[in-house]
Amino acid sequence: MPMIAPSTQSLSLPELILAFSSVALLIWGAFQKKPGAVFNAAAVAALIAAAIVSATGPLGRAFDGGLIVDAGAVLGKLVIYLASAVAIPLGDHWFRRRGIVRFEFPVLVILAALGMGMMVSAGDLIALYISIELQSLALYVLAASRTDDEKSSEAGLKYFVLGALSSGILLYGASLIYGFAGSTHFDVIAASMTHGAGPGALFGLVFLICGIAFKVSAAPFHMWTPDVYEGAPTPVVGFFAGAPKLAAMILLARVLTQAFGGAIEQWRQVIVAMALISVAVGAFAGLAQKDVKRLWAYSSIAGIGYALIGLAAGGVVGIQSMLVFMVLYVVDVTGFFACLTALSRDGKPMQTFDDFAGLARERPGMAVAMTFFSLSALGLPPFSGLWAKYYVFKAALGAGLAPVAVAALIGSVVAAFYYLKLIKTMWFDSAVGPTDTPTRSASLVGYACALFAFPGVLAALIWLDPWAHAAAVALATR
Amino acid sequence: MIGLLSLTSFAPLIGVAAILLLRMLAKTEDARTATLTKWIALATTLATLALSAVVLANFDARQTGFQMVEDTPWFAGLHYHMGIDGISVLFVLLTAFLMPICILASWKSIETRVVEYMIAFLVLESLVIGVFCALDLLVFYLFFEAQLVPMFLIIGIWGGKRRVYAAFKFFLYTLLGSVLMLAAILAMIGIAHTSSIPELMTYKFSSGVQTWLWLAFFASFAVKMPMWPVHTWLPDAHVEAPTAGSVILAGILLKMGGYGFMRFSLPMFPHASAQFAPTVFALSAIAIVYTSLVAYRQTDMKKLIAYSSVAHMGFVTMGIFSGTLQGEQGALFQMLSHGVISGALFLCVGVVYDRMHTREIAFYGGVVKLMPLYAAVFMLFTMGNVGLPGTSGFVGEILTLTGTYRASTWTAIVAASGMILSAVYALTLYRRIVFGEVTNPALNGITDMNSREILIFLPLIAGTLILGLHPSLVFDVTNASAAHLADAFHAATGR
Repeated sequence: MPMIAPSTQSLSLPELILAFSSVALLIWGAFQKKPGAVFNAAAVAALIAAAIVSATGPLGRAFDGGLIVDAGAVLGKLVIYLASAVAIPLGDHWFRRRGIVRFEFPVLVILAALGMGMMVSAGDLIALYISIELQSLALYVLAASRTDDEKSSEAGLKYFVLGALSSGILLYGASLIYGFAGSTHFDVIAASMTHGAGPGALFGLVFLICGIAFKVSAAPFHMWTPDVYEGAPTPVVGFFAGAPKLAAMILLARVLTQAFGGAIEQWRQVIVAMALISVAVGAFAGLAQKDVKRLWAYSSIAGIGYALIGLAAGGVVGIQSMLVFMVLYVVDVTGFFACLTALSRDGKPMQTFDDFAGLARERPGMAVAMTFFSLSALGLPPFSGLWAKYYVFKAALGAGLAPVAVAALIGSVVAAFYYLKLIKTMWFDSAVGPTDTPTRSASLVGYACALFAFPGVLAALIWLDPWAHAAAVALATR
Repeated sequence: MIGLLSLTSFAPLIGVAAILLLRMLAKTEDARTATLTKWIALATTLATLALSAVVLANFDARQTGFQMVEDTPWFAGLHYHMGIDGISVLFVLLTAFLMPICILASWKSIETRVVEYMIAFLVLESLVIGVFCALDLLVFYLFFEAQLVPMFLIIGIWGGKRRVYAAFKFFLYTLLGSVLMLAAILAMIGIAHTSSIPELMTYKFSSGVQTWLWLAFFASFAVKMPMWPVHTWLPDAHVEAPTAGSVILAGILLKMGGYGFMRFSLPMFPHASAQFAPTVFALSAIAIVYTSLVAYRQTDMKKLIAYSSVAHMGFVTMGIFSGTLQGEQGALFQMLSHGVISGALFLCVGVVYDRMHTREIAFYGGVVKLMPLYAAVFMLFTMGNVGLPGTSGFVGEILTLTGTYRASTWTAIVAASGMILSAVYALTLYRRIVFGEVTNPALNGITDMNSREILIFLPLIAGTLILGLHPSLVFDVTNASAAHLADAFHAATGR
């Protein structure tokens, strides 16, 4: 390139900030037995600094193409780092209420954020694997962080064992691709795939997709999701239900277009199949759920299905739709779990449908916010979920995937039943008893996200649309 | 600068903000807050009525195009685009006219959760007016679909015994129809590269595409209307909804189906409309005859009126797809008239229901001796429902029949029998409730209408009679647009 390339340090500055601050905080925390507000504030500050630096920093490639900083990566990093910053106070207050004070929590969130930041920038298979592992290991520990609760430990263990399996599959796929393409670099792989992938590389690609599908909990690799959502601490679920999926989806988009763009007709079938299975599983399996967190696990499986439809549509429009979908999804899911984090009855978290009976009388603000998120997930106008689906289905129709779009729309009508059931429980049923005063930080986040779901999204799309477009252009070009 | 249409659409939301503010200041929901909330809601709906009157005053009935247009680019090629023509302007007025009546009708019957109730109604009003003003596909869909939520809550929170079942049925039925419409909307934007309704009205979709798009829109509007055989949600929703909810459902929400046919199906997919017209005629004829017979057998007053609504909407669909000027004019008139009459009939049910808390027809009898005033009012609207000349019900039915006669003689003949059937069920209902001896001792304490109820009925009585005796008030406004619609349909299909 004729222009002066930005230095490696300046390109990886956001990640460097996070890496150093995680180490510094770890040492600080180890010496200071009871971390206070300053400790958490420092962690949040590190994440916000990383977000600002990545938004204002230069674009380019570093580490011999292993780290790609383009508009797509910047969009991902900004959302990921901000969502991680929000997770820290939520989790801290939640744990504090239950008498658990751990300095590891903010550190692990930063490490996970670092992994996610590297995922969206990964330019070769090694960076891809390392970043996914960094993110996943931090999340496994977070899921098990309530050591006094069996379900939390169970969730962590399940997540870890199945996650390790998927990492193995992913690594096997990566090694196959390396073997047939002769390189781990996406551009070199792409050069060898101009006429579609051969059978060997295709095998590798399918394994790779399966590994990433596990991370985004796309069916049929979703088995861990309901159990882990149910067992893990609520603020942690809110964290790993949002940002990591955005990161994995951006990574998947990058792999599929920048490394395997020539094989689109081959991988499209895989993605479409996964998308439809996800939508169906999310819609039908969700109907039988009695636990709100499990319900939201199935809701998120269906959500990923829609995002995958956008990805399957391919091209700039398809990837843009996927990005818009995922960004709006992250805000929704963060807000919903923030509400769950805020609410409790007699010190116990509210989880089953019965716990939410008559919430509209007891906590009207919280009930309205959760109604907004339910309607948004249902895809009802004017909430953000409709716009997410609007982009995805428009892209799908444009790419000739009309039957897929219609099937997924029908799936969303099935799913409507359980969202309505939640709304019905909150609004129509009579109250079961008083709830505790909601945690302030969590309810603030919940309200803010609800206001984003409507009416904020109507204004936000004015700049999210072109921005996601630029990101999609960057991701779709080799 | 906010345009007049936006102001009218969103004026109810100002009331919502005021109510929310009041609720926050009051901390608890006491009787004073409830009363004040009702007054705010009433004032807001009256202000909206005044605004819609201004809209009508500024409306130039000679133009066929859209007026008072507001067009601001939004994102991704979408526009915030509003405007009205002769087809939509009177629906705006009808909505604004019925809303204060609904609020007044709920004054005493809604005791619990008044704040939420009034907010739901005001939001609903805002969305309905928005539907009739929207000129961008997505903006239309936004207003159209968002209405499910307030209506779901109105049925589900303040409804009768089986309210949850009815609310779910209403929501899911309508949602299934409208997701197909959403798919069609996205396909249209993809094909024509515009979401502007005026532009799409002149865009020529190929015949094959028209068929699919027409079917998708039909799925949504036929459920909304509702047409036989997808009408089964309506009786449940009506029976369970509170009185004002039924009024709004029958009076306004059903009309969005007919409006949709006139705004989308006919002008945008003329070939498909012509192709499917025989199907629509058949469905309409079945609806008119079959649901009239079903209505006759009902034991619940509200259910009877609900089925009669389905029958009356059959005349509307028949008229619209006849593609003739008389058909369009008749359909428009029938919708407006039915909005007033069915609303009034549900209010009539509400009057006795508030006193006796039952809608069983067999419970009543001989009411004329106890409530002479009520009997007179009920008589007028029963006659309107039957379609007696002099009431507004007559004009719409006779015009749609005339229009359809030219397009499909057999349909018109079958449908005409519906006018007789409507007399059978409506008069039977009236006889069983009003005439005869008072056999049920529980009725003895029943009191006649009070001044609030009389106040509610006065505008409706006036509306029915004025429309019935001087229908050209409506036709003068709608004529240019309806003629334009029929002409464009003829030009496109050669019929």
